[in-house]
Amino acid sequence: MIALGQFLEVLIGGLMSGVLYSLVALGFVLIFKASGVFNFAQGAMVLLAGLALVRSLDFLVAKGFPLWAAIIIGIGFAAVIMAITAWLIERFVIGPLVNQDGLTLFMSTIGATFILEGAAQMIFGSDAYPLRLFPTDAWFLFESHFPGGILVNKLDVWGGFIAGILVAGLAIFFQRTKTGRALRAVADDHLAAQSVGIPISWIWFVVWFVAGLVALVAATVWGTKLGVQFSITFLALKALPVLIIGGFTSVPGAIVGGLIVGAGEKIAEVFLGPHIGGGIEYWFAYVLALAVLFVRPQGLFGERIIERI
Amino acid sequence: MLYREAGQFKTTYAEDMAIFPIRQDRMALAILLGIASVGVPLLANFHIWPFGSDYLLRAILLPFLILALAAIGVNILVGYCGQISLGSGAFMAIGAYSAYKLGTGVHIPLAWFGFAISIPPLPVLSSILLGGLTAAVAGILFGVPSLRIKGLYLAVATLAAQFFFDWVFLRVSWFTNYAPSGSVNAPTLNFFGLVLDRPIERYLLCLTFVTVFAVLAKNLVRGNLGRQWMAIRDMDIAAELIGIRPLNAKLTAFAVSSFIIGVAGALWAFVYLGSWEPLAFSIDRSLQLLFMVIIGGLGSIMGSFVGAAFILILPIVLNLIPTQLGVPLSTETITHLEFIIFGSLICYLLIKEPHGFARLISIGKEKLRLWPFPY
Repeated sequence: MIALGQFLEVLIGGLMSGVLYSLVALGFVLIFKASGVFNFAQGAMVLLAGLALVRSLDFLVAKGFPLWAAIIIGIGFAAVIMAITAWLIERFVIGPLVNQDGLTLFMSTIGATFILEGAAQMIFGSDAYPLRLFPTDAWFLFESHFPGGILVNKLDVWGGFIAGILVAGLAIFFQRTKTGRALRAVADDHLAAQSVGIPISWIWFVVWFVAGLVALVAATVWGTKLGVQFSITFLALKALPVLIIGGFTSVPGAIVGGLIVGAGEKIAEVFLGPHIGGGIEYWFAYVLALAVLFVRPQGLFGERIIERI
Repeated sequence: MLYREAGQFKTTYAEDMAIFPIRQDRMALAILLGIASVGVPLLANFHIWPFGSDYLLRAILLPFLILALAAIGVNILVGYCGQISLGSGAFMAIGAYSAYKLGTGVHIPLAWFGFAISIPPLPVLSSILLGGLTAAVAGILFGVPSLRIKGLYLAVATLAAQFFFDWVFLRVSWFTNYAPSGSVNAPTLNFFGLVLDRPIERYLLCLTFVTVFAVLAKNLVRGNLGRQWMAIRDMDIAAELIGIRPLNAKLTAFAVSSFIIGVAGALWAFVYLGSWEPLAFSIDRSLQLLFMVIIGGLGSIMGSFVGAAFILILPIVLNLIPTQLGVPLSTETITHLEFIIFGSLICYLLIKEPHGFARLISIGKEKLRLWPFPY
């Protein structure tokens, strides 16, 4: 018999780590919505942002800056790096490939992934760097109800909190600002948006920059969890099933998909894993995504795919 | 001058529909095959430059041939049928591991039913081909989602195959014959009593496989089946309306492609690696194959070869340049530079010629047709 306390603990832990997957998936959704580009480079962007942040932090702290100033300057520096990256990608990779089909664009972002990974590690170093922005110890909740209480990691709570702020911020940005409206117009129809005078290359720069900022946020949380290192780029692959489940074009979908994947894979690992050999976290999300695709090809929140001849 | 088809009159339908209707194409191909199957072995046998050591043969030509074979398989699926697959590495692994199991003897204890299935070790050739067949079956299974979904969604669905089989071959020790390290050794390459040990013999083996499968694939794609695939690729709904069954077309594409990829995987493991672990067939391999196909040209058998050569040789050249120039760089920096240059070249090629080397070749042919006159 599975204890309710254990189940809740696994569920909460899974949901929280799901939020972290959502953080990466959000970057994908933003770019896919606005330019129809399936951005494989999101994981590399997380690595780049994380490395820029952690290295500048180390440098500033070693120079004797107080921690709060170092954090502000470090985040600013990383944001500038992401802006430069966004500009370069728009100018040299995506811009010249307008009107190519999705596969070519997808491959070009894999090319960009190689460039970003190489450049990030060459400039900022290729070791694993610890990042300590958030507390990583744990809380024990409901100790009166369950023996031993429910273990909740503070970092995960912070991650959820930040993801909430991020989504709210993005929602306001998309719904209330002029650039946000232009973004939604571009997402609906490139050509029509261009014809009413929306500068498309500027919009794409903004989108890639925002995705870069999302990557930076993801990097702060994941960097605290795992340390900033090369393996962080594999997050991009973990975010793909999240997208499939939530739908490529939906911001809430990315969040819900992340929660489902996070909770699902933790529960499967803990309660199913011992029976079939462990390590099923590795593929569970993908098989789950495959199952969702059979029922709803466009994902839970995706727009219905309509085809005409 | 050199490449004129004027005066080559076809007098029968068979001639008109021949696989290479232009005489110069046939000659070029014959010369290429002659060099590959006679020239290279001769040079290698007498250790004449550039075959002074086995390096070129073992580290470049062998992997080139095998990966070109795999790229042909991927091209059938992605280039001809338009179904994007990121799971090619998994199908290579399926081919490799099932060939390994068949080559070393299969024993399935079915304790529930009170008996066990035992197959004695099969000869290498049949285990490689059956390995391909197993991969084809797996390909059909993982091709079923393609009936519902397409494009990048399908790409992610095929990733499921990739990660699932990575895990299976890592964790289920039945596949590795309970080897404690998880790494397995290929059986002796014994073809009808002939043991292939030397690199040159292995090279000829791979060359035979690649030639046979390339001709088969070329004939398949210009026949009825290939036309069905291309119709599905160009627009699946329209293809369905003119009477092509998407189920048949898509699943045969998955089957044929996975079969070829599976055979390539078995060759990769048996002939090139010798002993291997699941890591040899990771997602990186899938991406590498996809790159080969896209850089080489979607929907071109020739392009698969060029793409395979480019993707395989580029990193080797990039690696050699700094040491040749004597630039003092740490190995780490060189690796990172390699990443950057590789990525930039990929992006550059995609921007300059999104249709890959195959398009460049056909443009070159058009130019050659007029040469030395401007028109």
